Amino acid sequence: MSLAPLLCARQVAVGLAGRVFCRDLDLRLMPGESLAVLGRNGVGKSTLLAVLAGLRPPLAGEVLLAGRTYAASGARASALLRGWLPQGRSEAFSSTVLETALIGRHPHLARWAWESTNDAAIARQALAAVGMADLAQRDVQTLSGGERQRLAIATVLTQAPQLYLLDEPLAHLDLNHQIAVLELFARLTCEQGAACVMVLHEPGLAARFCTHALLLFADGTLTQGACHEVITSEALTRLYGYPLRETGDGRQRWFMPA
Amino acid sequence: MPTRRRALLILAALASTAVLSISLALIVGSMRIPFTEVAATLLGGGDGVSTEVVRGLRLPRALTGFACGGLLALAGALLQILLRNPLADPYVLGISGGAGIGALLAIVLGFGVAAVNGLAFAGALAAMLIVFGLAQGNGGWTHSRLLLTGVIVAAASGALVTLMLTIAPDDRLRGMLFWLMGDLSQSGDPQIALGLLGAALLIALPFARELNLLARGVDLAQALGVAVNPLRRGVYFVASLATAAAVTHAGSIGFVGLVVPHLVRLAAGNDQRLLLPACVLAGGSLLVIADTLARTLLAPQQLPVGVLTALIGAPVFLFLLARAAPRGD
Repeated sequence: MSLAPLLCARQVAVGLAGRVFCRDLDLRLMPGESLAVLGRNGVGKSTLLAVLAGLRPPLAGEVLLAGRTYAASGARASALLRGWLPQGRSEAFSSTVLETALIGRHPHLARWAWESTNDAAIARQALAAVGMADLAQRDVQTLSGGERQRLAIATVLTQAPQLYLLDEPLAHLDLNHQIAVLELFARLTCEQGAACVMVLHEPGLAARFCTHALLLFADGTLTQGACHEVITSEALTRLYGYPLRETGDGRQRWFMPA
Repeated sequence: MPTRRRALLILAALASTAVLSISLALIVGSMRIPFTEVAATLLGGGDGVSTEVVRGLRLPRALTGFACGGLLALAGALLQILLRNPLADPYVLGISGGAGIGALLAIVLGFGVAAVNGLAFAGALAAMLIVFGLAQGNGGWTHSRLLLTGVIVAAASGALVTLMLTIAPDDRLRGMLFWLMGDLSQSGDPQIALGLLGAALLIALPFARELNLLARGVDLAQALGVAVNPLRRGVYFVASLATAAAVTHAGSIGFVGLVVPHLVRLAAGNDQRLLLPACVLAGGSLLVIADTLARTLLAPQQLPVGVLTALIGAPVFLFLLARAAPRGD
């Protein structure tokens, strides 16, 4: 049986402003899989995610979303399939939390259509999923960093794509919200056939919540595979340039700075 | 987020304000004409003098004022989105500077009204293309690059305008100053400006929801399905042409393009599906009222309408800034 991969990268090279972060990246992501992207600051994790999201062209190679390039699908059809969580966002104009979450419905609406009560219900459900149901009428410019981050997650949930590309989904979040967000996306992948790529900074959480991992090294090389094979204390020590020791209780693994 | 019904109600209220402001402009002036008489002349009756005054003088001037106010407010709203900067106004990208060079050159050389308007429009187009070309660079647009290019072109134009004011013969200075302050007394036929206003609004409205997303960030808008590059270019050209049309007809009238989008946003929220048409109606009404004041306050002396919009606009804007400040960011 051969299912089409939701996201496929072939011989992709990623770079920014004259720097090349990685070359010859081949990637296949099937529905139900989640990929953690790990690496030091500035190795190109966000740029890679933007390339995978079709927001930036790769230096070489091609990225296919459900078998087609972004250019061939067009922006709107792509937005029905793939959501992107940006890293850090600022709002230039004030608007309410609910209005902000509702922008996720844009690709689902016809040109002259206004958001229906059904769209509002979807947005409210997404806000409830990140614990922001009570803040629906708040002005986004008054939110804290963590609340903004949860609102951004609610927006991408409102978009309801099949592929989630999440740039640091845990940034600014309290521990309880970190776990809640990871469990939320794990449920989406396990139960609803979604797929996730997420940039994470905590290898223990990556090993616990993702099926696969991609390690981007500072020298431009990369390793990818199933989490239990790729996330090891040796690889992480090389990845972060600091000795890490594995501890665990047999069920979960944690990596401590030695 | 307004519902469609609420949006229509707000627009209906603004449309009646616009009708009221234009009626007022037809009634008051050096010769006061009662409303019934105005209505009669508009319907084809009335006596000769009031027909002459209402249909020949006041109506074209009021309609041109409405069109220019609408164009400026629309351009301001569009540029605030394009630059993601609530402090942007139609002149921030140097378009009025280019128009000013053209218009003042024509006045210095003693050309007629048509040539002044023609050269003003040519100057505005030149500034628009220069800023567009320079801001494009090799890496595409960023907000700051576009803004800085516009500010520099505006500054250079300002220097040239000052130079022309310095060397111009004394008898031309008054006309030049009036042009620079914004003036509707030489505006002529309103049809072109009204047509351009309608066209600009009709082009922008189908993209209103896309503009809502663009206001929240270019990458985010693209990820949510907006073809951002054509949209941004389109916004730039529609806003620039709207500004150029307004400046050509009425000189550089300040504050309408900055303050009106703000006021409408405060009152009705930042949904462009409502904001853009509301700005057109509110901006048009504001300029008609300001121009009516400009020609009656010190009658028979006429003030440049730009002085009045600035005098009304500056305190309103400071008030808005003071209100917004405690929120911080």
